Amino acid sequence: MPELASINEFVIKFANVNGTGSASANGLFAKSVFRMGVPVSPRNIFPSNIQGLPTWYEVRVSESGHLGRRGGVDIMVAMNPQSFQEDYESVLPGGYLLYDSTKPLDTGPLRKDIRWIGIPLTRICLAEYADPKQRQLFKNIVYVGALAALLDMEFEGLTGLVGDQFKGKEKLIAPNVHALELGYQYAHEHFECPIGITVRRSDAAGDRILVDGNSAAALGAVYAGATVAAWYPITPSTSLVDAFSSYCERLRLDPGTGQKKFAIVQAEDELAAMGVVIGAAWNGARSFTATSGPGVSLMSEFLGLAYFAEIPVVLFDIQRGGPSTGMPTRTQQADLLAAAYASHGDTRHVLLFPEDPHEAFEFAAQAFDLAERLQTPVIMMSDLDLGMNDWTTRPFEWDPERVYDRGKVLDAEALEKAADWGRYLDVDGDGIGYRTYPGTHPEKGAYFVRGTSHNEYARYTEAGEPYVRVMNRLLEKFETARELVPNPLVEGSTQGDSLQGVLYFGTTSASVREALESLQAEGVELDTMRLRAFPFSKEVRAFIERHRTVFVVEMNRDAQLRSLIVNDLEIDPAKLVPVLHYDGLPVTSRFIHDSITGHLAPGARAGRGRGPQRALTGSEKSE
Amino acid sequence: MSYITKPRFAHPHLPVNALGLTRRDYEGAMSTLCAGCGHDSISAAIIQACAEVSMPPHRVAKLSGIGCSSKTPTYFLSKSHGFNSVHGRMPSIATGANLANRDLAYIGISGDGDTASIGLGQFCHAVRRQLNMMYIVENNGTYGLTKGQLSATADHGARSKVGEVNLYEAIDLVSLAVQLGASFVGRSFSGDKEQLVPMIKAALSHDGFAFIDVISPCVTFNNHVGSTKSFEYVREHNLALNKPDFVPVRDEITASYEPDSTHEVTLHDGSVVHLHKLSEEFDPTDRVAVLNTLQEHERRGEIPTGIVYINPEMPELHEIIQTVEQPLNSLTEKDLCPGIDALEAINASLR
Repeated sequence: MPELASINEFVIKFANVNGTGSASANGLFAKSVFRMGVPVSPRNIFPSNIQGLPTWYEVRVSESGHLGRRGGVDIMVAMNPQSFQEDYESVLPGGYLLYDSTKPLDTGPLRKDIRWIGIPLTRICLAEYADPKQRQLFKNIVYVGALAALLDMEFEGLTGLVGDQFKGKEKLIAPNVHALELGYQYAHEHFECPIGITVRRSDAAGDRILVDGNSAAALGAVYAGATVAAWYPITPSTSLVDAFSSYCERLRLDPGTGQKKFAIVQAEDELAAMGVVIGAAWNGARSFTATSGPGVSLMSEFLGLAYFAEIPVVLFDIQRGGPSTGMPTRTQQADLLAAAYASHGDTRHVLLFPEDPHEAFEFAAQAFDLAERLQTPVIMMSDLDLGMNDWTTRPFEWDPERVYDRGKVLDAEALEKAADWGRYLDVDGDGIGYRTYPGTHPEKGAYFVRGTSHNEYARYTEAGEPYVRVMNRLLEKFETARELVPNPLVEGSTQGDSLQGVLYFGTTSASVREALESLQAEGVELDTMRLRAFPFSKEVRAFIERHRTVFVVEMNRDAQLRSLIVNDLEIDPAKLVPVLHYDGLPVTSRFIHDSITGHLAPGARAGRGRGPQRALTGSEKSE
Repeated sequence: MSYITKPRFAHPHLPVNALGLTRRDYEGAMSTLCAGCGHDSISAAIIQACAEVSMPPHRVAKLSGIGCSSKTPTYFLSKSHGFNSVHGRMPSIATGANLANRDLAYIGISGDGDTASIGLGQFCHAVRRQLNMMYIVENNGTYGLTKGQLSATADHGARSKVGEVNLYEAIDLVSLAVQLGASFVGRSFSGDKEQLVPMIKAALSHDGFAFIDVISPCVTFNNHVGSTKSFEYVREHNLALNKPDFVPVRDEITASYEPDSTHEVTLHDGSVVHLHKLSEEFDPTDRVAVLNTLQEHERRGEIPTGIVYINPEMPELHEIIQTVEQPLNSLTEKDLCPGIDALEAINASLR
């Protein structure tokens, strides 16, 4: 049987039982590969559960920097009897299966096309540790030690990481290192090490960092000067506010008094969370909330108020699988329409689409500038894959000269000079009026902000004409937004002359790029454009017009980005071919590759049935 | 409502307060509520109270939800910023506003539909967070703007104008506020200016969540026989537990009070509230006793009014979460941005 062989290019998946301490052991493995200079993209595939259900951790190791999911598993670390059958079936032919060989397996006929690596983890830990909790926890560390031997990893790197991980709890270092050694030695004594797949020190990761998108966005909010955060716990957004809190506790305490230059409110629900943000923003503080789809539904009423009353709020939507409670621990890009048009009546909101933690940091900071410049809600559309997983990403950057754009705000002096100030007067022709903060001037600048129809002077009116003027000005403001939001990027090596193009955004980007490379290797040339914000700029229209067919890659059932494009740019939908993936796992490069090739194959366009024309939809066979 | 424009004319000898402002400087636009509406009396009481405590109008932010009561912030303090938000959501807006700038005074106006039904959750959580604001419910037991449906504060057995009998228990916002930990709770009647004005003055000087439930009869939909929120019914059943007398910090206390007949409470800013005891056994600083007293009176069909609970020692939200003294909305890049060195250190820690 030919075994899979590669250096620094493979997929390893860990199958564990939730709540058994596997997460930190698996993280240790991923980080130690990263410390050897090799780009990694670990992904937690976890249940909505605290203890007992199956959980997986899939690590893509890629010297060539492919950070999306590839598809297929080369090495399976199968530690969960509940999922053993499907886990071992998912190993690619020639791949490896590491399992606990303490007891004989009770599976049916065993696959002959994979290599079985049995390590008696339970027996080793029973012999070594007396405490039942340690016996459980160290099993995970023992297999990491064994992997170090099997994959020829730098053992000192692992022990160094253990030292970092337990800084402050030094007495835990020695037993963990010991567990690593147990596995390392067992593997060396019983198997020919290394196996065909190895990790070798590299400089491919360069100066990149390993961080999750929620931490990155939280740090962006800290750097942007956000002072008020209100939230309601919901997976997968919770860790964003947790990270904001811990960064603030480190970076935002008054050195003299220890008092806080920030305020965090765990609200009673998402409605209140958004209300707090609106109140703080109205009163001149940069404020934000983080939530997921169900929260966006609840916040919709308030988003309409913020749109109509023109209050600069920032919302981080860490998308998960919908509808309803949906798949709370899986990823999707299925809140686009709900976010773009949140609330009743005519509303539209600015959306930002970061592709990785570097951009999540940058866009989070930019969201506050945009919200205050445009005096409207700005929603950053992240997702579970970006928010909760560690990504190999460019380091965070900040221009030391950067000044916050607080937008058009009149202080007491400016009010003194202002002749005819009206809160909603468009004096600059960009659809944006001048705000005042409460308490600014004893006589001037006070107004009533309201969700009811109003004229340019913020006075209540039921007259049609001023209402229409306000609604039309909001449209002009949206055109201003179109100019200010992050521009789309043309990426990849083949550009300009293909008849086919691909539009994509957010966390599918890494997989799209890899798919395009493989297509190019097969002689299929496609132009590409990565969207980074809504409303869409003119370049997007030009790109679509230039191509006969444009594939639109997204992770939802209803081709929501495609709808947004059609609606926003009034584009002929016929040329936009959806590539849709919505089984809750991040889309793989193989899926995108196969979808596009399938569509381009001769005769593939016939007989597609009802609904939008689809390249290939849904899920792939579970891996 | 009246159709005439409010004249700007003022008597040349109108008394001025410590800021040199007259009562007119605290007024708002002409009310559009029904003639005789109790809510307009409350607006007048707020105007008088703010003028008498020399509150700078522009240092007040007034917030409301939706409903007849929530329209009233337009009718007082026209030099203050106002926020007419959405139904039942004023408490969260007020929370955010207060967090952004702790130096302003916050006046929240709500109604019984806005607070006891759609906004009950938000109200409860604003109370338990000890938000520093004055929160007035203009309580008429009915939905005025939608023409007379029973509200959640309508008493069991009360009859609506069209004869519908309320089959459900009433939510008593005063007991609720005490139970949830509000540090200042009062109830008054829109027709009793003598009691209401000093109560509002005390509430404005109080540091923490000051809640006042003002029974404010709806002249159009809830002022008939069978209503328990009509002017006539409230006058007949009103039982004043005490009569507040507010002495601002700068005024010398000249009157002397019999120690046995008053409760004297010193507020955070040094001003003093004298509560003339009308009911001998009642102690407004004892939370358990207060709840018992309220239940007793309710059983007897009485409407107890006055400052029913007061505790100036309870910390308010900013003290609880320990924010800096300087308003958060006045902090700049220099205060807030950790800078490039800190970022490099964070990058290094992630490698």
